[in-house]
Amino acid sequence: MTEAIAARGARPWEDPAVAPFLQIRNVTKRFGSYTAVNDVSLDIYRGELFCLLGGSGCGKSTLLRMLAGFETPTSGQILIDGEDMSGVPPYLRDTNMMFQSYALFPHMSVEKNIAYGLKRDGVKRAEVATRVTEMLSLVQLDGLAARKPHQLSGGQRQRVALARALIRKPKLLMLDEPLGALDKKLREETQRELIKIQETLGVTFVVVTHDQEEAMTLSTRLGVMTAGEIMQVGTPHDVYEYPQSRFVADFIGSVNLFEGRIAGDFEDHATIHSPDTGSEILVSHGISGVKGQPVAVALRPEKIAIERRLPETVANRLRARVEDVSYMGNLSVFHVTLPTGKPVKVSQTNRLRSDDDAIRAGEEVEIGWDGAASVVVTA
Amino acid sequence: MRLRALAGWLRIEGRAAVVAVPLVWLGLFFLLPFVVLAKIAVSESVIARPPYLPIWDWAEGVLNISLNFGNFQFLTEDPLYLLAYLGSLKMAAVSTVIALLIGYPMAYVIARAPSNRRNILLMLVVLPFWTSFLLRVYAWIGILKGNGLLNGLLMATGIIHEPLVILQTDFAVYLGIVYSYLPFMILPLYSTLVKLDEALLEASADLGARPFVTFVTVTLPLSVPGIIAGALLVFIPAVGEFVIPALLGGPKTLMIGSVLWNEFFSNRDWPVASAVAIVMLVVLVLPIGLLQRTQSEKEENA
Amino acid sequence: MRRSVSLRLVAIFGFVFLYAPILSLVVFSFNESKLVTVWGGFSTKWYAALLEDQQILDAAWISLRVAVMSATLATVIGTLASYALARFGRFRFRMLLSGAVTAPLVMPEVITGLSMLLLFVALEGIFGWPAGRGVDTLVIAHATFGAAYATVVLGSRMSALDRSVEEAALDLGARPLRVFFDVTLPALAPALISSWLLVFTISLDDLVVSAFVTGPGASTLPMVIFSKVRLGVSPEVNALATLVIAAISVVIVLASWQMRRAAAQTR
Repeated sequence: MTEAIAARGARPWEDPAVAPFLQIRNVTKRFGSYTAVNDVSLDIYRGELFCLLGGSGCGKSTLLRMLAGFETPTSGQILIDGEDMSGVPPYLRDTNMMFQSYALFPHMSVEKNIAYGLKRDGVKRAEVATRVTEMLSLVQLDGLAARKPHQLSGGQRQRVALARALIRKPKLLMLDEPLGALDKKLREETQRELIKIQETLGVTFVVVTHDQEEAMTLSTRLGVMTAGEIMQVGTPHDVYEYPQSRFVADFIGSVNLFEGRIAGDFEDHATIHSPDTGSEILVSHGISGVKGQPVAVALRPEKIAIERRLPETVANRLRARVEDVSYMGNLSVFHVTLPTGKPVKVSQTNRLRSDDDAIRAGEEVEIGWDGAASVVVTA
Repeated sequence: MRLRALAGWLRIEGRAAVVAVPLVWLGLFFLLPFVVLAKIAVSESVIARPPYLPIWDWAEGVLNISLNFGNFQFLTEDPLYLLAYLGSLKMAAVSTVIALLIGYPMAYVIARAPSNRRNILLMLVVLPFWTSFLLRVYAWIGILKGNGLLNGLLMATGIIHEPLVILQTDFAVYLGIVYSYLPFMILPLYSTLVKLDEALLEASADLGARPFVTFVTVTLPLSVPGIIAGALLVFIPAVGEFVIPALLGGPKTLMIGSVLWNEFFSNRDWPVASAVAIVMLVVLVLPIGLLQRTQSEKEENA
Repeated sequence: MRRSVSLRLVAIFGFVFLYAPILSLVVFSFNESKLVTVWGGFSTKWYAALLEDQQILDAAWISLRVAVMSATLATVIGTLASYALARFGRFRFRMLLSGAVTAPLVMPEVITGLSMLLLFVALEGIFGWPAGRGVDTLVIAHATFGAAYATVVLGSRMSALDRSVEEAALDLGARPLRVFFDVTLPALAPALISSWLLVFTISLDDLVVSAFVTGPGASTLPMVIFSKVRLGVSPEVNALATLVIAAISVVIVLASWQMRRAAAQTR
């Protein structure tokens, strides 16, 4: 058994000496004239918890089903641990899946459900019993072995499904919206447990989810999918802070996009001329592109300062009018408009319980951000 | 690797077997008979066992095929057959309309009943279907005959003074068909009506439509698939019905099912009986095709 | 509100219409008098007469045997057909299979009966099988149209099954045949029971097809009843009808109770 990326410090994907555990090579899946997955290539490393993130119909579930063997790629290749998986039926694969609907066998007890995979492998009865007991305590279901699925709560069913999928010690565990059916509180608890279990067992997880918060919390790395294609792969931090496209910037979290063209490219900074702001935006990191090329400056609302008057040291300062303030509890979101008419979202943490001097709707203010706060995206 | 190949082979072969068993069975015992039926319909009738001549014979290297279309010609010459076909179509059509008029309100009431009561009501509709069709038709003889229950009841209450002649009339046949096939009308109607979102009716009312207007403009158009399916499920078997006219109808009741039965059992003219069946099939091809299409559309939408 | 009352009246009338004839059969089976309208006092003598009628007893035995065999055969064929139609997606002969499976449901019985008889006669002429007609040909004919009903009942249950449950079993290492027995069949059990019962009762009740495909010496119960009642009301048949209705009611109540229990489990 390999150690998981337990410490979450190791970055095998940055080490050319480490061979990927799961290789997806130019995989395409068509249903008739509809292309569900379009030429996807992806490497996943041993011990990772990889999330495929995307909206419904983006092809993430189809990709997962191809890994499990329920669908055959129209073209392309899938290798698990160096072995080509084409033509291998699901029951001969060392992978297991946790289904979105859990797909528990309704006529079998919890114990029988969990033991099912071991019995198919011809494991001896005594060993089946011990391993089922171990598994039950790992997912904290001790004492519920004799229950039928319909006598369990949603959270308990989710654990049975997880235990059933884990008991064969699969090389790869696929989870299709594993927490989708749970309510918010339970989901947050279960997320932490899922990470703990994955780190304990060292199994490679591939998780499909539409919930970006879930993907950020769970994953070592994630892949953002849309329209059958993977837009960006990276750690949650990379994907959030350095989105490579307008789509990813907008899909993960909230963002302000200022369209413009590259005006100047200097050694330690660049300037973008943007009609949206009516100014030249200063970006303090290098960019790849030629003068005049159309780009967008992506700027997260929490990275923008908002004051009645900002110090002149702030690199990018703009006048704005507050249209509306949404109070969200932990933070307030200011919907402001620039003189150009461009709406901008700015968020601020509410440090004080009440602030008599708070900025209100209708006020003229200044917003501003540092040269390092924004990202320039070309795609 | 060999295990893998074996697994792949087993999957393909297993699937082929699963398809082949029902396909061969139904092909042999349901589809092939129609080919034989068509063959006999163009054979010549003789008094023998079996009572028809082969359509081909092989003599001294010469293959003789004789197709005898006389049976079909015969159907056009004797007005009995045309009248029987028309009689059957009329009987079936009128019964279908009556069944719709009774079945629609029943399906509506069941679909709008509270869900715990719905299943019981639905079972009450289906239950008679499980009890013998023949016995249920037979029950009407005791009710309708001259000194039967209905006349007894009407005379006892003083509504009539002379027993009505109901049995052995067309009216009794209508009654029998509607009675026997009512569940077939109610079930598809129910299944479309129960899926009708109550919010649509509320929206219609909210926009100012009275209940009757809501019914005509919302409920009725949305239940058209159920109406079509139910009507065809009553109409098609009613056209070929034999038992009901035989038990409840009179000498003047002309239905094609009875004609076929008599050609076969009384006249022992198998070729003419086959020709009657072929023409009946041709008449029914359109409604059967329509029913198949609505069913497969339903499957796709499900 | 007033409108819903009138609607309800139509519905009540409909239910009375459905049940009054059946009820009249039961009531008059206990009538001492042979005349239907005249109540001559309570009696079970028609039941006694029924039990002495050898013709009816023989026919009932034949019908029961045919019904058991054809219900079993039809359920097996229907299971395979509905599994193929629900699970194999597009395959060769799909249209042919689905057509062949639904056509018997709507085909007028006189046509089905006549054409099957002609097939049996032709087969006998060519292969010498089936030699004569009787229980064998009855079973084949009933199983054939019964398979259509079985496919409808099983098909609707099969398409309601969560397919991922079967996939889960595959994923856990079970081969397709194993999945069928471990997962699909238990989930289908209630539908298998109702399909079997449905074909059983339809076979037991069939008159027209049976009259065509059977031979001398193998008259089914409906054929005997038909020949009796063609001449008018027979209190003996009333008694028989009551027994049939009682038996069917018991089976239906048991089956629906069983099914409700099974449904509660899968929820």
